[in-house]
Amino acid sequence: MQLTVWTYEGPPHVGAMRVATAMKNLHYVLHAPQGDTYADLLFTMIERRNARPPVTYTTFEARDLGSDTAEIFKRAARDSYERFSPDAMIVGASCTAELIQDDPGGLAKALALPVPVIPLELPSYQRKENWGASETFYQLTRTLVKRDAPKRSGETGRPTCNILGPTALGFRHRDDVKEISTLLTAMGVDINVIAPLNATPTDITRLGAADFNVVLYPEIADTAARWLKRELKQPFTTTVPIGVGATHDFIAEVCTLTGIDQTSFQVDGGNFPWWSRSIDSNYLTGKRVFIFGDATHAIAAARVAAEEFAFDVVGLGCYNREFARDLRAAAEKYGVEPLITDDYLEVEEKIAEAQPELVLGTQMERHIAKRLNLPCAVISAPVHVQDFPARYAPQMGFEGANVLFDTWVHPLVMGLEEHLLGMFRDDFEFNDEAGASHLSGHGAAAPETAKATAEPETGASNIIQWAPEAEKELKKIPFFVRGKARRNTEAFAAEQKLELISVDTLYDAKAHYGR
Amino acid sequence: MTVTLDLSNRADSKSGRIDQPILRERGQREVFCGLTGIVWLHRKMQDAFFLIVGSRTCAHLMQSAAGVMIFAEPRFATAVIEERDLAGLADANDELDKTVKKLLARRPDIKLLFLVGSCPSEVIKLDLSRAAARLSKSYSPDVRILNYSGSGIETTFTQGEDACLASMVPELPADSSSAPSLMIVGALADVVEDQFQRLFEQLGVGPVRFFPARGSDKMPAIGPNTKFLLAQPFLAETGRLLEERGAQHIAAPFPLGVEGTTAWLKAAAEVWDVNPNTFDAVTEMPRARAEKSLERYREALSGKSIFFFPDSQLEIPLARFLARELGVKPTEVGTPYLHKQHLKEELALLPQDITLSEGQDVDLQLDRCRAERPDITVCGLGLANPLEAEGLATKWAIELVFTPIQGYEQAGDLAELFARPLRRRTRLAV
Repeated sequence: MQLTVWTYEGPPHVGAMRVATAMKNLHYVLHAPQGDTYADLLFTMIERRNARPPVTYTTFEARDLGSDTAEIFKRAARDSYERFSPDAMIVGASCTAELIQDDPGGLAKALALPVPVIPLELPSYQRKENWGASETFYQLTRTLVKRDAPKRSGETGRPTCNILGPTALGFRHRDDVKEISTLLTAMGVDINVIAPLNATPTDITRLGAADFNVVLYPEIADTAARWLKRELKQPFTTTVPIGVGATHDFIAEVCTLTGIDQTSFQVDGGNFPWWSRSIDSNYLTGKRVFIFGDATHAIAAARVAAEEFAFDVVGLGCYNREFARDLRAAAEKYGVEPLITDDYLEVEEKIAEAQPELVLGTQMERHIAKRLNLPCAVISAPVHVQDFPARYAPQMGFEGANVLFDTWVHPLVMGLEEHLLGMFRDDFEFNDEAGASHLSGHGAAAPETAKATAEPETGASNIIQWAPEAEKELKKIPFFVRGKARRNTEAFAAEQKLELISVDTLYDAKAHYGR
Repeated sequence: MTVTLDLSNRADSKSGRIDQPILRERGQREVFCGLTGIVWLHRKMQDAFFLIVGSRTCAHLMQSAAGVMIFAEPRFATAVIEERDLAGLADANDELDKTVKKLLARRPDIKLLFLVGSCPSEVIKLDLSRAAARLSKSYSPDVRILNYSGSGIETTFTQGEDACLASMVPELPADSSSAPSLMIVGALADVVEDQFQRLFEQLGVGPVRFFPARGSDKMPAIGPNTKFLLAQPFLAETGRLLEERGAQHIAAPFPLGVEGTTAWLKAAAEVWDVNPNTFDAVTEMPRARAEKSLERYREALSGKSIFFFPDSQLEIPLARFLARELGVKPTEVGTPYLHKQHLKEELALLPQDITLSEGQDVDLQLDRCRAERPDITVCGLGLANPLEAEGLATKWAIELVFTPIQGYEQAGDLAELFARPLRRRTRLAV
C-alpha cells in the first residue's frame, strides 16, 4: 500500500477515456461501480467540453456481486451500441471490475456486435493514466490499421505524415496540433491523419498511408509509433518541438526523414530569440529554476530554461517512471539530482530545499509554489481549468516559444523593479507585509514563522542563534531572496562553527556565496 | 434499464405527494460515491483524519471532485492498494498497520482516525472493522480508530456522511440524565449551527448538542431522554442507530426556506412545550428578514420550471421550498434514494403534478430532460456543461451541498443559487 495525498496521474482507465473522448464515433463501455463517473467532470468541467465523454459505465452495486454483473455489462454494451451507433467500441474494466474478473472483452465478443470491439487490459493496480492512454491508442492502432494502404505521397508527390499523441485533457494539445500542422504544411509536408484527437476509427485504419509519423507526445504515442515502425516501416520523429532550438532540430529531423531541402521553405522563427537577447532580459541570467512535470515537458523545459533563457536549472524531475531514463540523462546534463517520484510531498520538500526563484511545474507545483511564496508557471499536465485558455497558446513550435517567454517571465519580479526593491527596502507599498504583487491575492505575505516551518530544518538552525541586529539586517533583504540568504548564512555559520550570527556573519556569508 | 412503478404507497397514505407513484430506474448513475462526503466532513471535524483504503481511482476522485488542493496535507489520504497486496505477497493487514503507523507519526494532532472502505477494499473483503479494532488497541487512548464504507457499490454521495456518522453512534457517551436534551444530526456549516444554537436558546429548548461536533472529544452524549432533529435528509442509518440507543426522532420537514425552518424549529419547540406566543416572538424577526430576502427573487423564479437529477437526497426538500415559497414548478424530482419515513413531512408538502424518480438511468433521464426543456436543471458536474451547450440553464447540485443553505438567514442565499444562472443568461450578450 502506498500512502497518497495527491496524485499526478489518474488510474489507467482515465487514460483510455482521454483517448476515447478525443476521438469521434468511438464508444467506451467501462465495467465500473457507481462513483467512477466522476471522471466525466475532468472533461466537461476542466476542459469545458460541451458533450459528455463517450463512455457508458455499467454501475454495478454490492448486491449484484456474484450474481449478474456480467449480465449488467452485456446489457450496457448492447444498449450503448444501439443508442450511440459508434464505428468501433473499446471495452474494459475499472479497478473494482478488474477484481471481479468478468472479462468484458469476452462478454462483448459474445454479443457479436457489427463493429470492431477492442478489449483493453489495463492493470489498475500496477499502471497509471499515461500508460493507459498509450496502451489504448496502441491497441486501437494495431487492431484497426490497414496494412496494405497505398502511400498518399505516391499520388501527390508530397511527403505525408501522421501526427500522433494529442488527446483530450492534454496540456495544450489542441493548440500544439494547430501550430505543428501549420509548420509541417509550410515545409511542404501533407498531413494524413491526426490521432487520437478528432480522429474516427476509420481514420485510424488509414494511418498506413503516411510516409512517417510525428510523435508529439511520447507518453501517449511512443508505443503505437514503435509498432507502426516495426510493422509498417514508418519512421517517426524523436524531437519534441518545444522551444526555439528544439523546433529547429525538429525541422531538421523532418527534412532528413523526407529529403526536403531546408532552404526550400521559409518559416517565421518568432520573437523569442530577440526578446531573450534584448537588454531588458539581462536580469533573467542565472535565475534559479526548478522543473517538474511529465518527462517530455520537463526535459524540454530544462533545455529552454538553460539554453534560451540562461536560467540555472537547480532541480529537474518527472512523475512518470516509464520515461525515467530520459529524465536521468537530462538531469546529468544540467548537473542536478534527477527527481523521479509521484510523491507530491517529496516534490514539495525538494523545491523548498532548492530555494528556486521560479518553479516550472504542473498544477500540483503551482500549489506548492503558492505555499512557499514562489513564482510559478505551469508547463505540464496534470491540468486545471486555467490550463485551457480561451486564446491560442501552444507550447510547441515558434509561436509556442513566444508563449513560453511570456508565461515564464510573467510571474517574475521584473528587471529594474528588482533593483529598486533592493535599494528601497522599506517602501510602504512593496515590502513583506504588503505581500508579493506577482502572486495571487495581494494580501499580507505568510508570516516568517510559517515559511520557516515549510523549510526543512537544518540541524544547524536549532543551535545557531541570530543576534537581533543581524535578524533586523536580514529583514532588509528583499523577501523573495531572504529565505536563501537565511539558509546560506546559517550553513556558513555552521561551517565556521559559530553559535551566534552577527551582521558581519551575514555579510561574510554573502561574500562567500556571492554570485 | 429497469423501470418499475411503485404503487405500494397508495393504500396506506392519506395526504400529499405520497399518493403518487415513484419512477424507479436502474442503469448508469451519474453521481459521486460516498467517499466524497470526506470533502466536507474533514473540515467539520478538525481533529479527525480519513484514510481511504482503496485504489488510485479513489485518490483521483477525491482530488478531482474536491478542488481542495489549497491544503498541502489535507486531513484525508488514500492507502492505495497495489498489485502485491492483491497477489498475497504482502499481507494487506500488515501493510495497513504500517501505513497507519506512518500516518499517525506524521500527524500527531489526529485524535480520531476513520478507515474508510472503498469499492476495491469491499470486493477483496478487507475487513476494516477488525483492522480498526486491532489498531485501536495499539493507539488507544490517544487515537480512536473507527471504520465505515464510502464505496460506490454501497453508498451514493451523501450516504457517505450517513455511514460516517453511523460509525460514531456506538461510540457516543451514554447520557443518563433525566432532563431531555436535543441533538441536531447532520453536518452543518459552523455559521448555521451558531444561528440555530441562538434560536433554540431563546426558545428555551435545550441543552442543544450538534452531531457531528467540531472536535472528536466534544461528541454529544446520548440516552433515553435524547430527542433528535435531522438537519439533513440523507441520514437513514444514523437515525436508525440513534433510535436503537434510545433517542427519539422528532419528525419534521428540513430547515430549508422560511417554511421548512419554521416547521423544523416548531417540531422541537412542541416537544419542549414552548408557548406558541414565545415561539412567534422569537422567530418573528428572522422570519420576516428571510421572507424579505426571498421577495426579491420571486419575480425571477416564479413560474419557472425545474428538473432535478438525483445527487444529494436534498432534492425533495429543495423542490418543496422552491415550489411553495417561490412559485417554481418542479417537473421531475430525482433522488438517488428515497427514505419515506424521514421524508414523510416533505412529501406531504410537495406538489402533486410532478414526476418523482428514484435511482437513475442517466441516458433515459436525459431524454426526459431534453423533452421537458426545463428553465433550470439541477445536475452533477459531469452533465452541466453538455446541457448548457444544448441551451439549458443548469445549477451544479454540489454547490447546494457545499454552501450554507439551511435556516432563516440563508433562505435568500439559497434562492440566489437558483436565480443566478437565469440572471446570467438574460445579461449575457455574447
